[in-house]
Amino acid sequence: MKLKLGSFIVLALLVVITGCSSKGDVKDGDVAIEDRGTDADGAVASGATGGSDFSSGSLDDPNSPLSRRVIYFEYDSAELTDADQELLTIHAGYLVANPGQHITLEGSTDERGSREYNIALGDQRGLSVQRILELNGVAPEQVTVVSYGEEKPAAEGHSDAAWRLNRRVELVY
Amino acid sequence: MSNLVKLLLFVSVVLATPAQAVLTIEITQGIEGSLPIAVVPFGWSGKTAAAPENIAAIISADLNRSGRFESLPDRDLVAHPSTAEQVKFQNWRMVNVDNLVIGQIEETGEGQYAVNFELFDVFRGKRLTGATFPTSARDLRRVAHHISDLIYETLTGERGAFNTQIAYVTSSGSSKNRTYTLLVADSDGYNPQTILTSKQPLMSPSWSPDARQVAYVSFENKTSEIYIQDVATGSRRKLATFKGINGAPTWSPDGSKLALTLSRDGNPEIYVMNIGDGALTRLTNSVAIDTEPVWAPDGESIVFTSDRGGSAQLYRVPARGGAAQRLTFDGQYNAGADISPDGRKIAMVHGGGGSYRIAVLDLDSGLLRILTDGQLDESPSFSPNGSMIIYATGAGNREVLSAVSVDGRFKQRLSLQAGNVREPVWSPFGK
Repeated sequence: MKLKLGSFIVLALLVVITGCSSKGDVKDGDVAIEDRGTDADGAVASGATGGSDFSSGSLDDPNSPLSRRVIYFEYDSAELTDADQELLTIHAGYLVANPGQHITLEGSTDERGSREYNIALGDQRGLSVQRILELNGVAPEQVTVVSYGEEKPAAEGHSDAAWRLNRRVELVY
Repeated sequence: MSNLVKLLLFVSVVLATPAQAVLTIEITQGIEGSLPIAVVPFGWSGKTAAAPENIAAIISADLNRSGRFESLPDRDLVAHPSTAEQVKFQNWRMVNVDNLVIGQIEETGEGQYAVNFELFDVFRGKRLTGATFPTSARDLRRVAHHISDLIYETLTGERGAFNTQIAYVTSSGSSKNRTYTLLVADSDGYNPQTILTSKQPLMSPSWSPDARQVAYVSFENKTSEIYIQDVATGSRRKLATFKGINGAPTWSPDGSKLALTLSRDGNPEIYVMNIGDGALTRLTNSVAIDTEPVWAPDGESIVFTSDRGGSAQLYRVPARGGAAQRLTFDGQYNAGADISPDGRKIAMVHGGGGSYRIAVLDLDSGLLRILTDGQLDESPSFSPNGSMIIYATGAGNREVLSAVSVDGRFKQRLSLQAGNVREPVWSPFGK
């Protein structure tokens, strides 16, 4: 992870804030344990999350900047470019105007390196995007971050071209 | 007639499925100086023409796979004794084998067998060990692996790891319609059993110390969750389903806890969870990535990956909490650790110069040694006797498994006929 000093300060502040609000790291008994019995091969994907309980032309408009829903990253980095931040400000404006709208940020990486490290890196990419949305007024409960690491590549192959397409956050409305 | 043809086709497809899923092993780099041994096809007394399993072939393959032995090809066997009285040592001295294995399989009842073996030192003309095992058809391969373990231990002084299993993940299909499967197979790739199938990613299997359960990460609910599952019964329990990452579970050596990665407080951090009551202890607290915890065999410390120093490196922290100490300094990227069963070596993904290879850090000498030469090698896992490391690698456009001896001299590849196979984890000795 390589963050510029500016984003590092924002991050550090956020850590301080969340650290204060959560007050202590160890909470006993807050683990949901569910006995799934013997459904060993019952891993069936659930339906899509999030509501579609409003109608708006702009999300479906291919000419709207809202149709741009993938943010790309440099190798081993969760840093956003100025252009990405500008685009995310537009998405934030839409989400603020539509408080019932939910968005899932799906973070991904290229295939290089170890898999769980890549899950963490994809998570940091999702969190970078979430931070910009929330700094622009989006309510935390409107945003979910999921990291798939290198598990769901957008492009197959082992080239720089494929890797560039796979280091990304997808904005899923 | 056409119905019969259809039926036959249907049956053949069904019967072919498990066979296609078997990992086939190919030795890609042999060693000078492996010990020559002859394993004679076992004698058979039973109602059928041949024994239900070729025990000698399984033992030969096991011993060859260890890199420590080279078994004589069947065509070079100078005699076929199956009892001690039939052995003429001078025959075996002439073909320069140090050791000889013979045995017999007797059908003792319906589907019941007694397997007997004897191991000889050819030059001293002496019997070294032997035993008889009553067994069923289902367990014949296991008995063969157990005999391999006994031969290996008698001749090398090190415990054998043939009668163990590996867990691994496969994926197949296109990016729009992919199927992920978690499997458990014998250490030679045979007897693969699917324990979970999902349309969403499955990751990070980890064996319990008794080799009866596997912890893993499943995205089946479109977010990461940690489960533990009983391998034999298939029953499972969801253990971690916090906001953010629920990842990288590994079992403590006493089986009572999991180390794991959670990002519920806004950043990936290492936690220890009591499996019994779910109580959590947080071990790391940095603005950087902290993940991939693995336990030292004594349970006293945990090694993990962090990029707190600017790039991914390995660190160690006391399992009860405390200051983390950096372990790796060589190279830009060291991650995904596994600790040897004696606690003295750490295997890792070592990146730099555009490639990711498996390296081993010797904790006594501090020396880092690169063992593999792939471009995208990952997921190293020690065999429970510490002699081999199994890992995932690329072969053309496919993911396959490879194994390398800890000294780097001996290599083999384990591949499926189709699809990708990844994240191998070698089971403990167990039971």
